[in-house]
Amino acid sequence: MSGPTRRVALKVVGATLGAGAFAYAGRPVAQWAASVDIDDLLRRHYKELTADELAQILHRIEDDTQKKYGVEVRVEDIPAQDGVSFGYALNLSLCIGCRKCAEACHHENNHDRSTNNSYIRVLEMQQGSFDMEHGRVDYDHAVPAPGKYYMPVQCHQCDNAPCVKVCPVEATWKERDGIVVVDYSWCIGCRYCEAACPYHARRFNWRAPEISADEINPDQGYLSNRIRPQGVVEKCTFCLHRTRKGLLPACLEACPTGARVFGNLLDPASPIRYVLEHKRVYVLKEELGTRPRFFYFFDK
Amino acid sequence: MPWLRVVIAINLGALAACRADQPSRHRPPPGPATFSVEIHQPERLTGVATGDVDPLGRSVRASCVSCHSLREAAPLPTSTAALDEFHQGLQFAHGELTCASCHLAGPTPSLRRADGERVDLRDAMVLCRQCHGPQARDYDHGAHGGMTGSWDLSTGGRMRNHCVDCHDPHAPRFQPSWPVLPPRDRGITAAAPRRN
Repeated sequence: MSGPTRRVALKVVGATLGAGAFAYAGRPVAQWAASVDIDDLLRRHYKELTADELAQILHRIEDDTQKKYGVEVRVEDIPAQDGVSFGYALNLSLCIGCRKCAEACHHENNHDRSTNNSYIRVLEMQQGSFDMEHGRVDYDHAVPAPGKYYMPVQCHQCDNAPCVKVCPVEATWKERDGIVVVDYSWCIGCRYCEAACPYHARRFNWRAPEISADEINPDQGYLSNRIRPQGVVEKCTFCLHRTRKGLLPACLEACPTGARVFGNLLDPASPIRYVLEHKRVYVLKEELGTRPRFFYFFDK
Repeated sequence: MPWLRVVIAINLGALAACRADQPSRHRPPPGPATFSVEIHQPERLTGVATGDVDPLGRSVRASCVSCHSLREAAPLPTSTAALDEFHQGLQFAHGELTCASCHLAGPTPSLRRADGERVDLRDAMVLCRQCHGPQARDYDHGAHGGMTGSWDLSTGGRMRNHCVDCHDPHAPRFQPSWPVLPPRDRGITAAAPRRN
């Protein structure tokens, strides 16, 4: 047999091109691998973490935030409290649609600044109509406008939550105090939950939030307002990093009309119980059987 | 079957060992209220803004008594149009009330209850309650009026708004205002062209 044949030459060229194409196609994987912490990838589910593992994870998130955003933050993991079951009510007779609640949420929960993201959407509705589909969120005129009423919508923390059922990886679940939470480190970003929610309460992080260091809220919760990574779903948690310490949610404190009432449903003396027992209360899309913990009521 | 008991005991022991190093997920329920609920005292009840600003950019306020303690008590006017000195231009839109419905003339600015009793300006909510019973009832139960602080009074106090914090007593209805934080997220901007 003499020298290399045409067949061998073609094989070599083909193999070289194939290897090159494979390497090129695999480039995003290499880039992705560089940005993923191997400890993060191999960790256990939140509910199976030991105290040490959890402490390490919280510490790692604090370090990452310091590196990425240049600000020192404290990430806590506060478990649900026994004897507490949260409920929220909103007085539609009082809401004027000023969106101060959405603004407070925007700052409290470290939302992306450029998109004005917030867990609260205020719908401008036609008086006499309950059709959420005809509500407008992009109204741009002085409020309250004649003939309109305003209905802020945020996560209803449903007891029969469709978003929890559809999650294929158990990255979202209901806590004992009624809050539906997301583990941003476990979420794969499939957005099934976003599609399942009848209240449009979940948001997807198309990009990692951009916030300047001086605007970052440093009091953060692992399951609530820590800065979310790109490609995960987020939602209102009734500010659990505040409310599990006994504080009121940020949106309630910001409301200039006092339309919001928050409290422990298990405490008969709480304002929320007064509202549920004495006011004309309704829940949004009751016919879906989601059993929300967020109630709307009227004065008259 | 003793062997079954042994197997169950071993399994239970193994389960307990698995969970031993997990953090405790239980926190005790809220205790009795140890902090109080306070009502905010609005500046408006002790003075008025002069319109001047101090070198630090703060509004300069004049206490009510700084003028009224030096003045002769004159009969109260019947409408805001008759105010010709300090309080001129006061907008009034509060039902059929006149100045004397709520104010008492005298060296110490004070308010007048429906039965003629004198009420201190700081206790203005007594006056509001006379006509706005349902709102007062809801306020007492925490269902009217904004607040800040803690829902759990065993961990911290709560500051309630005074009626006058939110409502101008001379024109209590909320005036139209411009909404803040227009939404700009992807869903909104993508949907906008189709809406028109």
